Amino acid sequence: MEKLVKNEEAVEQAPILPVHNKNKKNRNKKWLQPQENIPHKLYLTVSVSSVVLLFAVWSLLTYSGLVDPLFLPTPTEIIYSGMVLFTEFGFIHDITITVYRVLAGFSIAVIIGLPLGILMGTFKVVEAFFEPTISAIRYMPASAFIPLFILWIGVGELEKITIIFVGTFFSLVLMTAVEVANVRRELLEAAYTLGRSNFSVLLSVILPASIPGIMEIIRLILGWAWSYIIVAELVASSSGIGSLILESQRMLKTGNIIFGILTIGVLGLLSDLILKVSIRKMFPWHYGR
Amino acid sequence: MKTMTNPKVQIDNVTKVFSGHKKNSPVLALDTTSLTVMPNEFITILGPSGCGKSTLLRIVAGLEEQTEGHIYLDGNEISGPSSNRGMVFQAYSLFPWLTVEENIQFGLKNSQMSPAQRKEVVQNYIELVRLNGFEKHYPRQLSGGMQQRVAIARALANDPDILLLDEPFGALDNQTRTLMQELLLEIWEKSNKTILFITHDVEESIFLANRVIVMTSRPGRIKADIPIDLHYPRPYNIKVDHRFLAYKEQLTELIREESLKAMMEVK
Repeated sequence: MEKLVKNEEAVEQAPILPVHNKNKKNRNKKWLQPQENIPHKLYLTVSVSSVVLLFAVWSLLTYSGLVDPLFLPTPTEIIYSGMVLFTEFGFIHDITITVYRVLAGFSIAVIIGLPLGILMGTFKVVEAFFEPTISAIRYMPASAFIPLFILWIGVGELEKITIIFVGTFFSLVLMTAVEVANVRRELLEAAYTLGRSNFSVLLSVILPASIPGIMEIIRLILGWAWSYIIVAELVASSSGIGSLILESQRMLKTGNIIFGILTIGVLGLLSDLILKVSIRKMFPWHYGR
Repeated sequence: MKTMTNPKVQIDNVTKVFSGHKKNSPVLALDTTSLTVMPNEFITILGPSGCGKSTLLRIVAGLEEQTEGHIYLDGNEISGPSSNRGMVFQAYSLFPWLTVEENIQFGLKNSQMSPAQRKEVVQNYIELVRLNGFEKHYPRQLSGGMQQRVAIARALANDPDILLLDEPFGALDNQTRTLMQELLLEIWEKSNKTILFITHDVEESIFLANRVIVMTSRPGRIKADIPIDLHYPRPYNIKVDHRFLAYKEQLTELIREESLKAMMEVK
């Protein structure tokens, strides 16, 4: 009681103090404020704890025997399956072949798709010619084409690469075209008044202005390629991570399945990270100060 | 000499109709407009927003095609944009992937200059717009006022016959704008360029120009052509001079009528 009275006196004597306190209180609850930034340390702690929590729940469920190991093995069992895969089953070969298929199919899509997308975004005539067909095919799922491709070109490498190509090419073209078409009009007009021709504007304005956005599109679509390759390898394949997953299911090796899925996740994350970092390095004028 | 008395730019009965899309009827943006610009003049075109003043400037720049009429530069009819008519846009027209000096150099790339000469020209214009020390900066690292200074330097570096400015200081704060106006006047006095400058700011139009052209709102037409009889160089405090204020009163009246008219028309 006495303490409370004392506090009140303090408040009366120093009117600046309560205002200050009030601010501080608000600042402490910043994480409740929409879109407000939080301290880096807090952010990191929360992020790490989510991963820790996931592992904790998983460990609790598996080590305690609450869940049948056939459905969900323990973390140690999965690490063990992984080691066996690498040492006895040549898993590295499966990884290599999967990565090769993704890169081959996606590279072909980029090599053909980028110039086409850039031309479509720049010249309305090219857009009018290609847009209807490409838009239509874009909404046909690449996985539905698999039986057709097997019929046409068999179950070899070319079929896998074709699936990756079909899964990525059409979206890549259309998204690139939109990115290029969105280059600010003022930039083109400024270039014209500085004496540049139509062709020169394409090379010296449209390309450099849209390249960071195009690289982000490539990054996004490469992510899709990783899911298409697994579908392709699940259907008809004797090598690759997808076929390993399917085989493991037949032999009830749950640990191998989960390790295969995790491997794909890591590969996707890695390729995304490499692209993300190199894009930031390549275009310093586009990011940060 | 005879060339001194020949007009720099002649705008001869120019009209512009924007064809309507689908159900919209065509819009007459610019009604038979004629204007003669003499060499070394600084003309401001004053009008309410949407009066077609930007359209007129864009036609002179060659970025828009007139529906009728002709435009002559030094007696030659113009068609399409060219480096002999430099343009400064309202904002964000710098190439974000190029540094300040690369932006200024952009138009010089197709000239016959040697790299050393180019470098010298760029350095001159960087000094002219007082951006020393910012040569290697990217546009996004600069303030709005600095960006517009780069845009002016970039347009001037090509040594155009006429400089066209489309509300170049419209997006700047008041203090920066005042300083930019003084800088532009200084550049104009040094370079002897002919300038066409679009604005909706009455004070700006008087402070800069030797002639203010007042435009009507929709359709755009020249309503008044008022010579500003104030001596150059003009100090910043001329804005409180009684002669300046008299111009301001006159132009404010003229432009107010048009703004009211424009306001009534907007659906």
